[in-house]
Amino acid sequence: MADLGRAALLLTLGLCLYACIVGTVAAVTRKRRLAMSARNALIASFGSTLVATTILVAGFVRNDYSLVYVAETSSRSLGGIYKVSALWGGQEGSLLLWLLILTGYAALAVWLNRNRTRDLVVWVTPVLGGIAVFFSFLLVAVASPFVTQVAPLDGSGLNPSLQNPYMMSHPPFLYLGYVGLAVPFAFAMGALLSGRTDERWIVATRRWTLIAWTALGIGQLLGSHWAYLEVGWGGFYAWDPVENAALMPFLAATAFLHSVMIQEKRGMLKVWNMVLVSLAFCLSIFGTFLTRSGVVNSIHSFAQSSIGAWFLAFIVIAVVFSTVTIVWRLPLLRSTTKLESLISREAVFLYNNLLLVALCLTILWGVAWPILSEAVRGDSVVVGRPYFDFFLRIFGLPLLLLMGVGPLIAWRRASLRGLGATFFWPISIAIGTGVVLLILGAGSSIPGLIAYTFSAFVLAAIGLEFVRGTRARRALSSESWPVAFGSLVGRNRRRYGGYIVHVAIVLFAIGVAGASAYDSVVEGRLAKGEALTVSGYTVRYVGLSERQTDHATEVRAKLAVSKDGKNLGGLEAGKNSYKIAGLEPQVSSEVGVRTDYLTGEDLFVIPETIYDDGSMYFRIFVKPLVNLLWLSGLVFLLGSIIALWPDARVQRRLAVRYEEASSPVRGR
Amino acid sequence: MTLAIALSAVLGAVCVVLVALPFLREPEPVSDELEEMTPHRQRRLALAEERDRALSALKELEADHRAGRINDEDYRASIGSLRREAASALRALDSDAGKV
Repeated sequence: MADLGRAALLLTLGLCLYACIVGTVAAVTRKRRLAMSARNALIASFGSTLVATTILVAGFVRNDYSLVYVAETSSRSLGGIYKVSALWGGQEGSLLLWLLILTGYAALAVWLNRNRTRDLVVWVTPVLGGIAVFFSFLLVAVASPFVTQVAPLDGSGLNPSLQNPYMMSHPPFLYLGYVGLAVPFAFAMGALLSGRTDERWIVATRRWTLIAWTALGIGQLLGSHWAYLEVGWGGFYAWDPVENAALMPFLAATAFLHSVMIQEKRGMLKVWNMVLVSLAFCLSIFGTFLTRSGVVNSIHSFAQSSIGAWFLAFIVIAVVFSTVTIVWRLPLLRSTTKLESLISREAVFLYNNLLLVALCLTILWGVAWPILSEAVRGDSVVVGRPYFDFFLRIFGLPLLLLMGVGPLIAWRRASLRGLGATFFWPISIAIGTGVVLLILGAGSSIPGLIAYTFSAFVLAAIGLEFVRGTRARRALSSESWPVAFGSLVGRNRRRYGGYIVHVAIVLFAIGVAGASAYDSVVEGRLAKGEALTVSGYTVRYVGLSERQTDHATEVRAKLAVSKDGKNLGGLEAGKNSYKIAGLEPQVSSEVGVRTDYLTGEDLFVIPETIYDDGSMYFRIFVKPLVNLLWLSGLVFLLGSIIALWPDARVQRRLAVRYEEASSPVRGR
Repeated sequence: MTLAIALSAVLGAVCVVLVALPFLREPEPVSDELEEMTPHRQRRLALAEERDRALSALKELEADHRAGRINDEDYRASIGSLRREAASALRALDSDAGKV
């Protein structure tokens, strides 16, 4: 079936080339049937990519080691579910999954918008086709997953660190996010190329952007949880270049999601929005370049290969293409209005945008500088945690504050007297919280104290928004409080969904501050019966056990945990040694975590070294509030779903707008 | 091998038919020109967007005032200009209705 897989990918390449070239010809010559034919080619490319993917998955399920890729990333002993996730366990399969999602998104986007934004879609087709040409070319000519060999008896097996439930979700979510940013980019370019820079491209891509952004956010959080539990260094984000690769487009897309609201509400920032959507897309390709090229040392280095040069060329093309197109259409992107006051919601959005982009570019510089330094000067420079932490505080803390300021300020302008009344309660609650925390000893970390004070301000501001909104709704309709609350959120899904996402970001900030600014650590070598004490916890080393499984030897230290004299039960931490045919065993640390669900605190035990005499070296952390990080993911998802949920009233309003634009009689 | 070639041919044929479908359905169309968005429609769309922006701003200001997010002074400072903008957008859309 490898031949069929190769043929299907070749067909995808041909269809995408057709969509790109014939689509461009159709758009320029205004040929209707040709444009529909190009659109159909893009839709068909999803079908042929799906066939290729199905064949590769079947190869994994059937243990077909005549396929080199299957033999390198799977083995007979690999558990069933991991045989499917092994699809994206290496280079070629990841690219194939990427292409599958891209062609799937592209097919759906051009089909759903075939009527309302026909004049845009005619240009969107060649742009999306062009992006798909790049990925299908890589899979046909540079990194084919269908290279065959004489089948060995067994495969090499999946990297042990990837044999984890998070492997099923973390990479696909990131791909859904990365690739999803191609759709708003294509519509933005379509709007520029067609000269139709009205709001339809924004309306058409609003959900696409939100879906991609949500997937990127959830994907990163899943990756953080994976790292926290599996990598075993005691943290959840290491500012690893490949982690940053996902964070940068997320920040750019966050800025875009906010600034695009200013264009919708005020008709401003049209150029800025084009720049942001292009930046987000280019950064998503740059992220793939970092992950796949091997130019950086990273925990994700298992994925290194020689396709980096192709990605670099594609990034250059994407940057030049989008820059030239934006510059060409600058006259069409003039704002119809201007900023009326520096104290207004749009001004706050603007400050938020500047901070987000500054943070994004600072991270980009931190990632790119070592690469540039090595390429130009030949010396390797390390940009480490202090650099990133510094800028996270400098830009992140004001961003946190602005999340509370924005909802309290009116669009266009606000008087200082009016603001005094609006801000009274949130500021009072924030100051009160800060003072109480200071008394409780939170002053040991100034950034942590500021983060908690700002978090209290934002939560108070958002809470006040919900209370005021529900009260006003009740005054209008005499509904009960729960019904009024439900209809408030239901009738303003974007606004209140957005506030819930803000709550998630605050929970995230509280979790980060708790786990990094207020954590405690103790370490030492323990013989059986000895104990370490940290933040009231006593962890006693009871003994060692060893068991054999099909894949690994598992050694576990049995630990007895107590707090302030109260027995909390047992905990296990240890090491797994994975057997890999023909290779040295790979050893992984299996941390022990005890969660206090009431306080959100974790006791986190890292088994550093097992000595021959049975003693062990442990590092033990107490991480206050760290579980709010994972809770924030659920709240984030809830807020995003509310913001994404279709609103029939908005759809009707848009239908009326487009109806009126095409009809000479006003029908409102 | 033979099966793979046969299946590849079937897959290729399906894709070719899909791509050629617009030409197969309409071998001799009345018009093969893409529908152009006339300058008049573009202008009306811009005016409709302007009107919706003004009406939505007006609605939001009313809701914010009702909820107590905006005090009377700020409300009075904004409501007049917003009403004028909305009225002007509605008038522009109306007066454009007859033009082509």
